[in-house]
Amino acid sequence: METSQHWRLRKQRYALVGEVCPHCESKIFPPRDICPDCGEDAREMYQFSGRGEVYSHTTVYQAPSGHAENVPYPVAIVRLEEGPLVTAQLTDVGDQPIEIGTPVEMVTRKLGADGERGMLVYGYKFRPALVER
Amino acid sequence: MRPVSIVGTAQLPVQATTQLDLRQLGAQVVRGAMQEAGVERVDALFASNMLGDELQGQKHVAALIADESGLEGIEALQVQAAMASGSAPLRMAYLAVGSGEADLAVVVGVEKMSEGLAAPALSKALDAKEVADGATLISKNADLMRLYRKRYNVPEDGFVNFPVVAHHNARNNPNALFKDMNVNPRTVMKSRMIHDPLRLLDCSPICDGAAAVVLSPAEEARAHSPHPVRILSSTVATDRFRVGDRPNPLWLEAAHKSALKAYRLANVHRGDIDFFEVHDAFSIMACMQLEAAGFADQGQGWHLAEEKRISLRGDIPISTMGGLKARGHPIGATALYQVSEMVLQLRGRAGKNRVREAKIGMMSSVGGAGSTVITHILGI
Repeated sequence: METSQHWRLRKQRYALVGEVCPHCESKIFPPRDICPDCGEDAREMYQFSGRGEVYSHTTVYQAPSGHAENVPYPVAIVRLEEGPLVTAQLTDVGDQPIEIGTPVEMVTRKLGADGERGMLVYGYKFRPALVER
Repeated sequence: MRPVSIVGTAQLPVQATTQLDLRQLGAQVVRGAMQEAGVERVDALFASNMLGDELQGQKHVAALIADESGLEGIEALQVQAAMASGSAPLRMAYLAVGSGEADLAVVVGVEKMSEGLAAPALSKALDAKEVADGATLISKNADLMRLYRKRYNVPEDGFVNFPVVAHHNARNNPNALFKDMNVNPRTVMKSRMIHDPLRLLDCSPICDGAAAVVLSPAEEARAHSPHPVRILSSTVATDRFRVGDRPNPLWLEAAHKSALKAYRLANVHRGDIDFFEVHDAFSIMACMQLEAAGFADQGQGWHLAEEKRISLRGDIPISTMGGLKARGHPIGATALYQVSEMVLQLRGRAGKNRVREAKIGMMSSVGGAGSTVITHILGI
């Protein structure tokens, strides 16, 4: 992606800002401006809490470009407590077994280097929740 | 629309690597299919190829193959739908011939995955933003398999007969990549874990291949072939692009929609389908397509494999010539292999793998992790 694209994505990438549909109240992440549930315009910003649980997960050994140096790495679908399912890497896992249902929370981490100029890209990952809920 | 038939087919053996380039691969099967149909000229060529841009630096393959095939000047277009690419030009050719715009059309699929890194390129069928976060096409299928096993209490070896049946069928297909390989449940469970819980033998292979078919109006089909096969319906549906945006990620809504529409347009019932060439790129995808098309309830598709009801003598045979799993999945060519194999089945020429008294077959092609699904029903 180009630098300008990263800049446009900064709110969703660094602060987990999505949208809430003013018509049917669906919480939407990542933002997409048209509500997938009711088809109406949805441009109202919504701040997600960053808390959720592992919905499913795996470990990647053959990475897409930009991630080759990180393999193997755990990647998950996380269910945010507000509802949406988000794809993200897991981090700070240590010896803790990851299972479907493991509580996690969002942190900002380096995702990798992008493009020929090797620009560092930061974004969200999820780690096992430090505080029991 | 006037009815449309398949009057010629050609397939090259699927190989781990071939010395032929895209234009040679394409021309060989175009000429082969035209020869079988007994035609020297077609009105249009529709081509399929997913990775040529990425791996060979080659776009624009339709005109390239038309030229190499000696079809100077004809209409030639490439049609794309990620891993469902082979079925996309098939549908366009069906529409072109059915509408009367063309009287004869050839559909060709080519793929050469042996050069460069195919696996990362396949992830481009997903949302690029998810890939930037570390997801891959394989990781999505691994996520789905883990979720499915947990939600429906499937034992670790619950999917094992999907690859076992596919490999068994491939042994009698001279064009299959794994025609010489013996696979039993133990082989599958001992195969390398590649994206936990996906094992190597849950996944279709990286390979090269090419296949083509010729379409004509049904009323003229017998002039070209003593055994034409009718395209009874051709449908496409899409789903929410990201797996995580779907109300139930374990339900392939696009497969469901396109299958139901295909039954309706072909005027057949699910029970009339004698065999189903599923897009078994991963065991979990085969399972979910069986459910989406109505052959099993949600969460029950794996029992069709467990009870071997998907084998050649079962009530819903799948992957009858090896499927994507064992014939091979040279992406852009895959659907044209499926069609060619279905034509063999429906003509009663599938040898030891013949599905007895097969009159109607269905095939599906899945783009990404179910974002696009294309279904065709063929019959005699």
